Amino acid sequence: MSQQPAPVDNILELTDLTKRFGGLVAVDNVSLHIKRGEVFALIGPNGAGKTTLFNNVTGLYQPTSGRVVFDGRDITGSKPHQVARRGIARTFQNIRLFDYMTCLDNVRVGRHVRMKAKVWDSLLKLPRERREEERVTEEAMEFLRFVGIAKHANQYARNLAYGQQRRLEIARALATEPKLLLLDEPAAGFTPQEKVELMQLVKKILTRGVTVFLIEHDMKVVMGISERIVVLDHGEKIAEGPPDEVRKDVRVIEAYLGKSA
Amino acid sequence: MSAPRRAAASRSFLSRLSLRERIRDRDQAVYGILIIAAIVFPLATIYATDGTALVSQATRAGYFVLLAIGLNVVVGFAGLLDLGYAAFFAIGAYTYALLASPQLASSPAHHAVHLPFWLMLFVAMFVAAGAGAILGFPTLRLRGDYLAIVTLGFGEIVPQLFYNFDQWTGGINAVGIIDQPVLPAWIQGPWSGDGPIQVVRNFNFGGDPVAFYVLICILIAAAVILVSNLYRSRLGRAWMAIREDEVAAAAMGINTVTTKLLAFGIGASFSGFAGAYYAADVSLVSPDNFLFIVSITVLVMVVLGGMGNISGVIIGALVLYYVVFSLLPSLPGAVESLANSIGLGSLNVRTTEWPGLGGETQRLTFIIYGAILVAMMLLRPQGLLPSRIREQELKHAAVQEEEAAVEMEHAT
Repeated sequence: MSQQPAPVDNILELTDLTKRFGGLVAVDNVSLHIKRGEVFALIGPNGAGKTTLFNNVTGLYQPTSGRVVFDGRDITGSKPHQVARRGIARTFQNIRLFDYMTCLDNVRVGRHVRMKAKVWDSLLKLPRERREEERVTEEAMEFLRFVGIAKHANQYARNLAYGQQRRLEIARALATEPKLLLLDEPAAGFTPQEKVELMQLVKKILTRGVTVFLIEHDMKVVMGISERIVVLDHGEKIAEGPPDEVRKDVRVIEAYLGKSA
Repeated sequence: MSAPRRAAASRSFLSRLSLRERIRDRDQAVYGILIIAAIVFPLATIYATDGTALVSQATRAGYFVLLAIGLNVVVGFAGLLDLGYAAFFAIGAYTYALLASPQLASSPAHHAVHLPFWLMLFVAMFVAAGAGAILGFPTLRLRGDYLAIVTLGFGEIVPQLFYNFDQWTGGINAVGIIDQPVLPAWIQGPWSGDGPIQVVRNFNFGGDPVAFYVLICILIAAAVILVSNLYRSRLGRAWMAIREDEVAAAAMGINTVTTKLLAFGIGASFSGFAGAYYAADVSLVSPDNFLFIVSITVLVMVVLGGMGNISGVIIGALVLYYVVFSLLPSLPGAVESLANSIGLGSLNVRTTEWPGLGGETQRLTFIIYGAILVAMMLLRPQGLLPSRIREQELKHAAVQEEEAAVEMEHAT
């Protein structure tokens, strides 16, 4: 899929983003920007506010203050489905597939936003609806092939092995044709072999012109694929930069290993 | 890898495939049987009983089939528990009753309205769908149990409105003398009976149960086709996605509020459709016909038949209709004659303490009904003809084992 010439260099810009839950500040005044076509990683200890930040970007939460600008447009406070329509897709930390739908149907749900059929078309099975269904089925199979689980197309998502479920979730997200893909701990629970395969998959996704923004705990994965990293601790951004710099940052080491007196 | 294990794995894989194939065929088989039964039933019963009482019964079962198909969209497809479904049935019925009867002559409008039935079928559909949307719009943000309670309240309010706006609706006195449908003059066929070759009797809705029976069969067939089309469409998948995981569905770009609203509206429109038809058939509409028990009966039909599966829901509706409206009412008489025939006739004698065996059975009807429901749910929790999904949910453990075997096959 070819990309139009980029109107703006930064696909995503967060400005002073803050999310409070009562007295708890989960995300504290975080600003960051993600360049088009890069792999950007968000890391930090458990409870640092990484997933909360994702949820603020995808509209699951409304930020308390601050702005989210996606592809030159302010999407602060948009609803999740509007955000998805604009071109941000995501996966979830705890896999959230449609368990009792087939893999094919899971991906076809992903195609939902790129389909046009209205209620009347479907009720009466008009020829154009039929053609669209056929096309979407083809496309969905293509996405399943892309992540390498095409042979499971007619199985219930629930019945897939764990690693395949993670792949299916990525296929479903890609099916919405996002410009930005948010991966929430995609390598969690993976074997070393699966992690290598995941890194290959992420590189393949990049070739489609999709920018990848991921949360990941596994340092090998993070260091292996990401071009820039932001480190969160207690909701605050404590470091930003290329992997090599971040690894040496004193505050990052403190956050992960605790302060040495 | 050893040969037997390989054989076992491939066998289990094959058996799963053929199971899936069988289920698809099963739906076709059920529809085939239903169509044949729908044709044979009136012929056989009219021949056997020399009357059309049973055909009228079947027609009445037909509204419940329509209602169950509609509620299945809301409960089975989209997973929204609607406990006030009869309200939409009432709205459809009253829409037709008021606009096709002398009723409005005695209302503040002072003019009776007589619109044609065929038009009103669609008007009633849209009015009910509109009512569904009006109810749904503020409430569909609620989830699960909360939504169920709101619909429960709605189901209670609507009949009360028809009671209390008695200037317009006649309240407790009901709306009567509702117009019968008339075939438009330009529709000619073997039934246009005055010609020399009269194949069947004059096809006339004026008190002819067979005409109503034919019409409900056509309506049900149309409903099945339309709903099946929806099920295998963009919208159908969106409903399933919402039922499975609302957050993930929204993240895929599905507008959950409008999608649920559509489920509500489309479900309600079937109910309105059935309501208009009901009003025309019985020609008398009273608020008492739409109480909570109707909503619950239809819900039980859906669950019992196999939530989410259209053919199952039809079977569920027919079975439950038979139990509630035929089996249970005839039970006291049947018990009495059974007692007589086995020499326990003395039990039928009524005294001050003992209402007679028949009377006692009458009192126990609802307990028996409840017991039948409990038994059915214990014996077949997935419903009579479950959807593949429900079946899968309940058999999941078994399937996972097979899956593991297949995985092992791939791994080695």
